[in-house]
Amino acid sequence: MTTTVLDPAGVDHTHRELLRLATAGSVDDGKSTLIGRLLYDTKSVLADQLSAVERATAARGGTDGPDLALLTDGLRAEREQGITIDVAYRYFSTATRAYVLADTPGHVQYTRNMVTGASTAELAIVLVDARKGVLEQTRRHATVTALLGVPHVVLAVNKMDLVGFDETTFRAIAAEFAAYAAGLGVPDVVAVPLSALAGDNVVERSVRTPWYDGPTLLEHLEQVPVTRDARTEELRLPVQVVIRPRTAEHPDYRGYAGKIASGVVRVGDEVTVLPSGKSSVVTGIDTFDGPLRQAHAPQSVTLRLADDVDVARGDVVVPAGADVTVGADLIGTVCWLAERRSVLGQRLLVRIGTRTVRALLREVDARLDVDTLTAEPLRGVDTLHAVDATDTSSDAAPSALGLNAIGRVRVRLAEPVPLDHYAQHRRTGGFLLVDPSDGATLAAGMVGPTLLDRLLPDEPDEGADWLAGAGI
Amino acid sequence: MTTTDTPPVAAPAPSAAGRTFTQLDALESEAVHVMREVAGEFERPVLLFSGGKDSIVMLHLARKAFWPAPVPFTLLHVDTGHNFPEVLGYRDATVERHGLRLVVASVQDAIDDGRVVERPDGSRNPLQTVPLLDAITTHRFDAVFGGGRRDEEKARAKERVFSLRDEFGQWDPRRQRPELWDLYNGRHRPGEHVRVFPLSNWTELDVWRYIEREGIELPSIYYAHEREVFARDGMWLAPGGWGGPRADERLELRTVRYRTVGDMSCTGAVESGATTVAEVIAEVAASRLTERGATRADDRASEAAMEDRKREGYF
Repeated sequence: MTTTVLDPAGVDHTHRELLRLATAGSVDDGKSTLIGRLLYDTKSVLADQLSAVERATAARGGTDGPDLALLTDGLRAEREQGITIDVAYRYFSTATRAYVLADTPGHVQYTRNMVTGASTAELAIVLVDARKGVLEQTRRHATVTALLGVPHVVLAVNKMDLVGFDETTFRAIAAEFAAYAAGLGVPDVVAVPLSALAGDNVVERSVRTPWYDGPTLLEHLEQVPVTRDARTEELRLPVQVVIRPRTAEHPDYRGYAGKIASGVVRVGDEVTVLPSGKSSVVTGIDTFDGPLRQAHAPQSVTLRLADDVDVARGDVVVPAGADVTVGADLIGTVCWLAERRSVLGQRLLVRIGTRTVRALLREVDARLDVDTLTAEPLRGVDTLHAVDATDTSSDAAPSALGLNAIGRVRVRLAEPVPLDHYAQHRRTGGFLLVDPSDGATLAAGMVGPTLLDRLLPDEPDEGADWLAGAGI
Repeated sequence: MTTTDTPPVAAPAPSAAGRTFTQLDALESEAVHVMREVAGEFERPVLLFSGGKDSIVMLHLARKAFWPAPVPFTLLHVDTGHNFPEVLGYRDATVERHGLRLVVASVQDAIDDGRVVERPDGSRNPLQTVPLLDAITTHRFDAVFGGGRRDEEKARAKERVFSLRDEFGQWDPRRQRPELWDLYNGRHRPGEHVRVFPLSNWTELDVWRYIEREGIELPSIYYAHEREVFARDGMWLAPGGWGGPRADERLELRTVRYRTVGDMSCTGAVESGATTVAEVIAEVAASRLTERGATRADDRASEAAMEDRKREGYF
């Protein structure tokens, strides 16, 4: 057996972190080749996958090494049957980091897929073709990335080999994108000139871009902060299950199990349970491996509290005195994910944190058009059943949201729940709209003001007040 | 931003154990979260337990997720009737040790009932689906944990963590629900169930490294041992009542181990001297070696490896 070079078993992996990222771009931009290159150059491709690709490359008349784009090829049957091409997850790793990459197709149903991929990503790679520069779809990808609050964005200026590795071309594209991203409020953009096909500046530093002193794509991925953002936020622990063994060994044990969504919790901390608002003190943080004195996001733990407060699945543990809105009036931006259109007045289930509540869709009062990148207010939204659910024609009443539409909604909840604004609490401010009849996920939403509100023309009505209050 | 009285956290913030929050910690926490979601949302969850390493890791995670309470799931094993005796022994010892409830769905019973028909090649791997679905229906299981991983193959790369199945147990890609943040939607209609894959984001190496870190015991056949085997379709198969070897196939003594465990008729062993977890990890890491132009010998071995992976899960 041959000895291996990269990712050897002998390397110390005990400090290896996990980074979740998403890619946005079309096949034409070389996205598949770029992902293939990352997998290949980090030696994350199984030998059998590679030999399959080599055979396929040869069969298609290729001679110059394996066609790396084939590594991310979907199933042939899938393409033939015209099934929705979906988000695919890819895995690669280095000695210091393991990566979960959400590969989102850039064409059909792009918004739905991009929103899904971006929701968990801490970094997004937006691809452009150096010959074409920033296109409408580039702006669209940046917009969705910004809407979902992905903290780090990389602009991968691909196919630099086809523009002679020209510095001026790269600088112009990078500047145009940076200006656009700044307008969207994206905090961190890094542009990298690369050639996925030839491997320049993906993993290996290119000798053909001597004017570029920034990191290669992988170097940047290795450096970008991972989960620390979540730890610096205020504590949120959505309770998943109440642990009550009632065994001879643990007759009276009662613990509240959940994954810490954000922040840090310590034994002795005073906490409040929402929505009830009852307070107590953390007396223990338990795990299978032993008790902890403190725990942080995204650890899964079990809390014990001093008082016999009534805590159930769906409750959220926050620091005592935390300023959290508890309300039954949910205003937020949704991305509609289902074929069936929204219907004003329709009955819904809202899934937020670990809680599911009954709800009514009361208003759709603004829409974000990701093609024109404009937001517009909508009118006439308070009448129940204003739109026929079966009407899927393009000129249906504008207050209905169809597949891939992004709109601002007002949802009335059957009971008050803690409502974190997504802009400040990315890990607790997201929600789903679910159809109670069959459980289908209709839409994904973000509580509070988002990019949509930022792009909306100044509103004369009361909407401006809560926007101003949110600091957007 | 958040309130200013939140204490700044030194970076990198150490966990209580005084080390960084590693990739394996993240994968473990995610899997525990998924299992607790199932416990919170479903009435009758079941965990598919084959005695293979992925299902053993799932069971370990379930014990961690609900400690100090017992695992709140039934175990379900689809027994092909051609299982390795070492694996069945491991299964029964595990059930005994942790006081678990085990349901066995038998392929042999299904054959005897006429619900499925034995195949000419003797393989019972494809026959497992019927007894599996019948057990799900009989016991009204509404959530079924599987050990499938997205790195296994291209189709699996698009699988959800919560994967809805209709009343015929079928997966309809068109009905796949988008999965955002960590909001898993397990709503389903009567008769439908949800397959749940807590190891979705793990790779084969992650599983092995976790087994090493947690000191998880595996059936002995995962480690190198001497065994009488014969070659068929580029794999080393073990003889047994299922119908091997044929007259033209010769038994020989080899030092082998299994990368997966399944039906004896089609689960091949690999030649290996790896007797410890660390040695297995070294071997798995090396087998990923991706030098251009793999040799023909590698080709043969890797085709078997691909077969193994396809067999690794029940679905």
